[in-house]
Amino acid sequence: MSAPSEPVQEQHSIGQKKVRRGDQVLAFLTTGSGIAIIALVVLVGFYLLITAIPSLAANQVSFLTSREWDVSDPDNLRFGIVDLMWTTVLSSVIAMMLAVPIAIGVALFITNYAPRRISKTLGYTVDLLAAVPSIIYGLWGIQVLAPIIKPFGDWLNDNLGWFPLFGDGINSAGNVYTASVVLAIMILPIITAISREVFAQTPLLHKEAALALGATRWEMIRTTVLPFGRAGVISGSMLGLGRALGETIAVTIILSKPAPGTPFNPSIFAGGETFASKIANNAAEFDSPEKTGAYVAAGLVLFILTFVVNSIARAIINRRKEFTE
Amino acid sequence: MSTTTSARSDVPARLPTLSRRRKVKDGMAAGLIGLAFLFALIPLVWVLWTVISRGLPVVLNIDWWTQSQRLVGPLDEGGGALHAIIGTLVQAFFASIIAIPLGILGGILLVEYPENKLIKPLSFMTDVLTGIPSIVSALFIYAAFVTAFGWNRMGFLVSLALVLLMIPVIVRGTEEMLRIVPNELREASYALGVPRWKTVLRIVIPTAMTGIITSIMLGLARIMGETAPLLILVGYTSSINWNPFQGEQAALPLMINVERTNPLPPAQDRTWGAAFTLILIVMLLSLGARLLGRFAGVKK
Repeated sequence: MSAPSEPVQEQHSIGQKKVRRGDQVLAFLTTGSGIAIIALVVLVGFYLLITAIPSLAANQVSFLTSREWDVSDPDNLRFGIVDLMWTTVLSSVIAMMLAVPIAIGVALFITNYAPRRISKTLGYTVDLLAAVPSIIYGLWGIQVLAPIIKPFGDWLNDNLGWFPLFGDGINSAGNVYTASVVLAIMILPIITAISREVFAQTPLLHKEAALALGATRWEMIRTTVLPFGRAGVISGSMLGLGRALGETIAVTIILSKPAPGTPFNPSIFAGGETFASKIANNAAEFDSPEKTGAYVAAGLVLFILTFVVNSIARAIINRRKEFTE
Repeated sequence: MSTTTSARSDVPARLPTLSRRRKVKDGMAAGLIGLAFLFALIPLVWVLWTVISRGLPVVLNIDWWTQSQRLVGPLDEGGGALHAIIGTLVQAFFASIIAIPLGILGGILLVEYPENKLIKPLSFMTDVLTGIPSIVSALFIYAAFVTAFGWNRMGFLVSLALVLLMIPVIVRGTEEMLRIVPNELREASYALGVPRWKTVLRIVIPTAMTGIITSIMLGLARIMGETAPLLILVGYTSSINWNPFQGEQAALPLMINVERTNPLPPAQDRTWGAAFTLILIVMLLSLGARLLGRFAGVKK
């Protein structure tokens, strides 16, 4: 009579949820990994912050507005980021401005001009640029590329030297100009990849409609592909900018360190140090927590900077996804 | 019929040809776009040519692959890169055994557990990790282990910094692959009463396996070429050291960085030899991953 309440019967009833050990284990492992990855990023910010704070508190000059960087005496720390910020942003923005037009051209070529059969292979070829390690770009940039692009820099300096950005700099090729060109090459693949992806998503109907109305290929691109892909190009450019801001070894190899006390020079033909190259150049000096803290503070600013730039890029991409899906 | 014929006679025999201005514009755009593509290929070919022409003669010597730089002075020729190759492989191995399981499980969470509340934050944090500069990840490991816990600098700390850089590649790669596994496969499996964990491990993962391996190879290619963590987290040695938990350990990028500052010809040869070795490993991994991805993808 009381059969339905027997556990054996219940197990066989349809829709009954059985708790399986395997399901529990997999759910535990995946959730655990998710939490670990999230915790990792939170820890990055946390540890950078607690390592930087004591040094920031002991800093004798304003961190955000000083040009000084002298941490040799732990009892008299003097470090500010104005110069680092200028060189980092200047070199990265120029790199982005150089890379974006080329990247758009490459992406259009692959999606709209190249024969379909080989377009994928062409895409991979451009992606290979991203596979070259950055130290090799740095080495090649200073030893091989720099002497070849120097005459153009000299020409800019001779003819447009009145403009502060093209003013007189240093004699060697280890200047922001060379660094920017190399950075532009390094960020080209990421901008190309994102632009290519959005260009390829242009609705075929839009393109066919434009062609049916008698548009030339270029008019079709201008009226359908480019407007459709604009958000993607912008966000790809921001991702490229984020890469350039944080690039370390290539910039470290190329840029000449100015001697301490060198007056500020806004020219792209001046040397300088970026956040990343400053840290890399002084990696051997992390012998006291005070000194380390000063460099970690610079790293923290770099982290925030790249975080903001990348978040803007992601926000643009995701907003666009919501519209098109 | 007659009206049509008369109407047709009004229409010019051919459609009007393009105006000269539009034609020129179209041609110029095509030319510039083609030029941009060629322009983008120049640095690739040029860099590869530089590395091959300067590095290949150095690595053709068998000593390069079988000896370290131990007891080789800065002025001397000879010696090899075995110490650096071993260091690079050991550090990449330890990074992999942490990053691969974490990354794959993270990717499974994103796709197979759509009801999980962690998905949004995990996806966001993966994006953050993708954009994190390698020098920042190295500083974090330094601050967390050396400053806070007083550990010594060592190869294993480099591996930990590389874990941060490898995780996002594998999470995104796994996620992308699992998403294209047809839902019918999962449904068929559930309909047969197969539990979820078995469906994931026996049906979904094997279907996406080649894609996951592709992303692991791309992740490896990315971390092996990294220099910034090496500068901060480990010292260079010219001897072989298999143990990442003790002492200094070489790696190919570090070897390049040390030798490049010495302008003498033997050191420059070693610089480019190491560059060639590094690019060879990284390119083989990336090309291998691409080929694998093309031939396999998701088995249908």
